[in-house]
Amino acid sequence: MRVDVIMPQMGESIAEGTITRWMKKVGDTVQRDEPLFEISTDKVDAEIPSPSAGTLLEIRNREGETVPVSQVVGVIETDASAAASGPATPESPKPAAAPKAPAAAPARPTQEPERAPAAPASSAAPTPPGRSSEQGAPFLSPVVRRIAEEQGVDPTRVPGTGAGGRVTKKDILDFIAREGAAAPPAAAGIASTPSTPTFAAGERVKRVPMSPMRKKIAEHMVESRRTSAHVHSVFEVDMSRVSKLREKYRGAYEERHGVKLTFLPFFIKSACEALRAWPVLNSSVEGEESVYRRELNIGIAVALDWGLIVPVVKHADELSVAGLARKVNDLADRARTKKLNPDEVAGGTFTITNPGVFGGLFGLPIIHQPQVAILGVGGIQRRPVVIDDAIAIRPMVYLSMSYDHRVVDGAIADQFLAQVKRSLESFDESLL
Amino acid sequence: MTSSILVRWLGRVPYREAIALQESLVDAVRRGEASDHLLLLEHPEVITLGRGADPLHVLLSAEEGARRGIEIHETGRGGDVTYHGPGQLVGYPIVSLRGERRDARRYLREIEEALILAVADHGIRADRIPGLTGIWSGEQKLAAIGVRISTGWITSHGFALNVSTDLSGFRFIVPCGIRDRGVTSMERILGRGVAILDAAARVATRLAERLSLRAVPSPAAEERLFSMAVEACP
Repeated sequence: MRVDVIMPQMGESIAEGTITRWMKKVGDTVQRDEPLFEISTDKVDAEIPSPSAGTLLEIRNREGETVPVSQVVGVIETDASAAASGPATPESPKPAAAPKAPAAAPARPTQEPERAPAAPASSAAPTPPGRSSEQGAPFLSPVVRRIAEEQGVDPTRVPGTGAGGRVTKKDILDFIAREGAAAPPAAAGIASTPSTPTFAAGERVKRVPMSPMRKKIAEHMVESRRTSAHVHSVFEVDMSRVSKLREKYRGAYEERHGVKLTFLPFFIKSACEALRAWPVLNSSVEGEESVYRRELNIGIAVALDWGLIVPVVKHADELSVAGLARKVNDLADRARTKKLNPDEVAGGTFTITNPGVFGGLFGLPIIHQPQVAILGVGGIQRRPVVIDDAIAIRPMVYLSMSYDHRVVDGAIADQFLAQVKRSLESFDESLL
Repeated sequence: MTSSILVRWLGRVPYREAIALQESLVDAVRRGEASDHLLLLEHPEVITLGRGADPLHVLLSAEEGARRGIEIHETGRGGDVTYHGPGQLVGYPIVSLRGERRDARRYLREIEEALILAVADHGIRADRIPGLTGIWSGEQKLAAIGVRISTGWITSHGFALNVSTDLSGFRFIVPCGIRDRGVTSMERILGRGVAILDAAARVATRLAERLSLRAVPSPAAEERLFSMAVEACP
């Protein structure tokens, strides 16, 4: 069977593309979804996968030619014996570049949505200007097709103003606004959708099973909300001193300890001191008893691209700042590469998390059970602050803590936070 | 739930290494083994030629290039010739475009919009110029854009925003083939220094917003520096 290779639609307002490279010569075999040629539109270069497996029978447009969208630029013979009988057109392009396609392009015959959108193979020529509904299905971009289907509109009734008389998204939306949709509009409307799931035409919901990690997180979070009486306190801390110390010792740390000195060890160190002073924050609740822990095992929330994990720095109070830096780096690295041992995520007695990464001032985290408190470190920002009746610019951070009101009252939590603040603002240089 | 984009600050990375990293990530994202990534970095001085490049737009002599250690690379992105050097924030989003977002021009516009918003966060007004890709401050180019889309609508390459770039490097090229407009930097516009990490953090936030992705800082320890919105101190 012969399959047309067409210039794909790379975007709603893109009417043509320039072929910059054929990765295959006439007579070459090609896998489905293997890169076949490259095109250039605007400032975008795109690699176009083969629509099916077979032999490249014909190349109709050479490198450098600009071709309208949906025009046939080549032909593939899917039947091996037919291809052997010789190409339809003996003409082959100058093999300008040796085919650099990845040797084994992953063959994924069933995953439709992953492929670049292919225009209907039947439209062998670009749609002529004006209307063309009589000659079979007009070319529709996936967006327009989806809108038409969702709204129950016959796209051939929509006057097209796009290149070659094509119906653009605006055309169909205007048309619906004017004429009304045939079917009631989809609940979600047609506003731009968040990117995650790929909806097939006509599909209104998509069910995606949660990953095991996602399920765990969901269970833990809901369970924690059910278990603890969450309350929150927020303090503001001037990070000038820590910043200066960090600046001062950074080079030496890298040289002497081979480790980057980040802010986190300072927060851990200060939290440990305060936990010693207010031990109820290092406890847990079992039935009608409070269980106090001697060890200070500090969990550090680490965001992963597949979820969230909380490795634990055991005996954090016994480590130097350099030791903390090294330990935290090591745990975070291994969390990312999935090399943590199970016991390294267990046994935490208090947790520190970092909700300020993208400019958030502070977050109100959920307690990591069976602990009774979690400290959130916001983003460090230079802000105007009043110091002795003058306005100064200081690197500031919000510390937020969520704690379990079953056992921790606000007065205790606030004194704990006040101590963390004091300890950071007058950080003991000898600890470095 | 929105899917996430892992934001990584890589520091100064030779061009060739950045290409190799992008290629492996494009494969991993296509196979579904990695989430979307945003690589943020600087390059040592280098001149690169996109697929549409006119070699005549490289003005650097071979001797001068060798003397200054400037390499010249041909590369698989769209666009013409560009120059990279220290102080320029280079961003390579490796993103799997889905649904309506499978639109090359829309993707370019999203990058432009993100950069315009990010520099606005620093108090700079920048715009598009119809027909020219990139973002501009008046008649001067502040950021260049060139993108590649690989099988499965996976993006690579991206943008180069002049934060504190030594603009004299641009004399070695005709930027993107445009002779009659100059280049500028955030530092030049503001008349004061801008930390590249500050710019990087804004760009990461804005780009994630534009792409409806949830930005997640890299958990890699050496990059936590960045993730804690650092360099806040003088």
